Amino acid sequence: MASAISITNVTKKFKLHQQKAKSIKERFILAGRNPSIDFFALDDVSFEVPVGSTMGLLGHNGSGKSTLLKCISGTLRPTSGDIEVRGRMAALLELGAGFHPELTGRENIYLNGSILGFSRVQIDRIFDDIVEFAELGEFIDNQVKHYSSGMYARLGFAVSVNVDPEILLIDEVLSVGDEAFQRKCLERISTFQKEGRTILVVTHAADLVRQICDEVAVLDAGKLVTVGEPGDAVRIFRDTLAARGQAPPTELLQGPHATRTGVTLSDLQVIGPDPTTHTLRTGEALTVEARVEVESDVPDLVVAFSLHDQNGVLIHGTNTDVLGIPVDTRAGSRVIRFRVDSLPLLDGTVAVTMGAHSEDGSLLYHQLDQVERFHVSSGTRAAGVTALDIAVSTEPDST
Amino acid sequence: MTDHQRTNVHTPSQRPGPIRRIRQVIEYRELLGNLTRKELKVKYKNSVLGFLWSLLNPLLYLIVFSLVFQEILRAQVPLFGVFLLSGLVAWNLFLGGLTGATGSIVSNAPLVQKVWFPREILALASIGAALVHFFLQLLVLFGALLVFQHAPAWGYLPALVLALAVLLTLTTAIGVALSAINVYLRDTQHLLELVLLAWFWLTAIVYPIRLVTDRLGEWDWVALLNPMIPIVLTFQRVIYNPAVEDNILPEEPLSWYLRNLSFVGIGALLALWGALVIFGRLEDDLGEEI
Repeated sequence: MASAISITNVTKKFKLHQQKAKSIKERFILAGRNPSIDFFALDDVSFEVPVGSTMGLLGHNGSGKSTLLKCISGTLRPTSGDIEVRGRMAALLELGAGFHPELTGRENIYLNGSILGFSRVQIDRIFDDIVEFAELGEFIDNQVKHYSSGMYARLGFAVSVNVDPEILLIDEVLSVGDEAFQRKCLERISTFQKEGRTILVVTHAADLVRQICDEVAVLDAGKLVTVGEPGDAVRIFRDTLAARGQAPPTELLQGPHATRTGVTLSDLQVIGPDPTTHTLRTGEALTVEARVEVESDVPDLVVAFSLHDQNGVLIHGTNTDVLGIPVDTRAGSRVIRFRVDSLPLLDGTVAVTMGAHSEDGSLLYHQLDQVERFHVSSGTRAAGVTALDIAVSTEPDST
Repeated sequence: MTDHQRTNVHTPSQRPGPIRRIRQVIEYRELLGNLTRKELKVKYKNSVLGFLWSLLNPLLYLIVFSLVFQEILRAQVPLFGVFLLSGLVAWNLFLGGLTGATGSIVSNAPLVQKVWFPREILALASIGAALVHFFLQLLVLFGALLVFQHAPAWGYLPALVLALAVLLTLTTAIGVALSAINVYLRDTQHLLELVLLAWFWLTAIVYPIRLVTDRLGEWDWVALLNPMIPIVLTFQRVIYNPAVEDNILPEEPLSWYLRNLSFVGIGALLALWGALVIFGRLEDDLGEEI
């Protein structure tokens, strides 16, 4: 298949200085004694984005994914390597970048359109669509500085998607706006997909990638780790994160929290699946046990337990607090067991996660993140995630 | 690289040369117009008098300097206000264009980080806004000529057109280079202010050039090394149009002006080429450094 974007051996090198001279004065002061090291934001990255596909670019912060997007859009130039883009490209502007607060919405649409390379006449033709999509109505003639952040974001998205790009670049912007508008954006993206346009989405949100992408490229420390179908790529992304010992990819705790030592989980075992094939029949019992070691007394303790499917979707997440079972908080070692009498799942792979944290969720002690996996075999031809007992009845239609 | 429009393939990884850069700017001329308008609109959005402000400034110069130099200092320059303003409009275009252009990329940081477009356009839009002010000031100046019943030297008009073209080329060359340099060295703006202040007084705007060239004697050509002097002299020649006996400007034919301006023009074109090359190199990391 033809490529909309070809990326060949792209490397972007930055010189990192201990102290960055930002003025002529500092240049003089720091002259001769300001050693620099080379930092490779992108290191020999090559891949193709096929025409009509939706490609995700997944990576943690600092993985180089934004640098790569900037190189593609042209706001940065790679140190070496080639990038070829075939077709009209539009970048989704982040939260009104390119809008001037003193100008009205109408003026900003024309300004923004010309930034994307469109003439007044071309914008005239799509003006009404933009206003309608952005749901701005009469506010279109107000100065943009009086807009709410949601209106700002909507206007930005509306301009980008209505200028009829063949290739759309999206950078972490779908997190703005209210839920209804996000849904609208996703709908527009799926329309784009049906129309055979090419989309490149940069994100660290694994869920979004699974939801909309055909293919995913994973970057880690400037290197391309893999390009493949979303499920595999997301798994590899999690592995790279785990390898760096970074923030837990499986979010047991919502919101900000600190990590502490003092409670350790170990020896996690999955009992139930056949030990050689690691396969559990649908409806069979599952027990997961682990050792909880408390070094010294803690004020409160909760052990969390969750199951994820092969796409990383949470099947079930619970904890001892939710279940109303207190955990011994005194120093010592004990074994904790979670037992599911009958696992109502259809065919797939399940990953097990266990964690120990404080009751209010502000402290995370330890987490065993998707350390064990097993397969589920249903023996039926039903499709989906859960096994349901379904009765079917038919009767003649009397009318 | 073949025709950008037709094949619609582009290679953001390649550094475009000066010719290609100019072609891109021409392709994006609509944006240039919009950004220039934006600059003017934003400037006057919250003022009642709006564009009148740009007329008031030269008018004040005209009155104050006529008073101070003619009545108090008793300068031997008839219609001093008109003399001063005819050189000052050219200088203000240079000053306003350069100051605006130098800060143009830094002040549009969010845009530069997010979207691609020929970045020179930001500098060009500042110069465009300065050009609009220039024409407004020229309006005041010609109003003054009407009031004083003073006729410009229409015979020298071709030189004035060339002078404006050369001035714009020179301003663009320096402005484009400085706009990118200022991203990496933020005090360029302040240094520029100092340099321009010195440059202003080295350019015969407040005083007649003859006061300098008469003293230099055989070395009077040294004055012409300042590229702004042939430009300012042309403006004074055409608009102020002094009489021979006032001994203010060198009594030279049109060809002398055209020749001097051509030299400056060639220099400015070479500088523009250099500026585009420098800009292209500095552009590589612009989105990151800003």
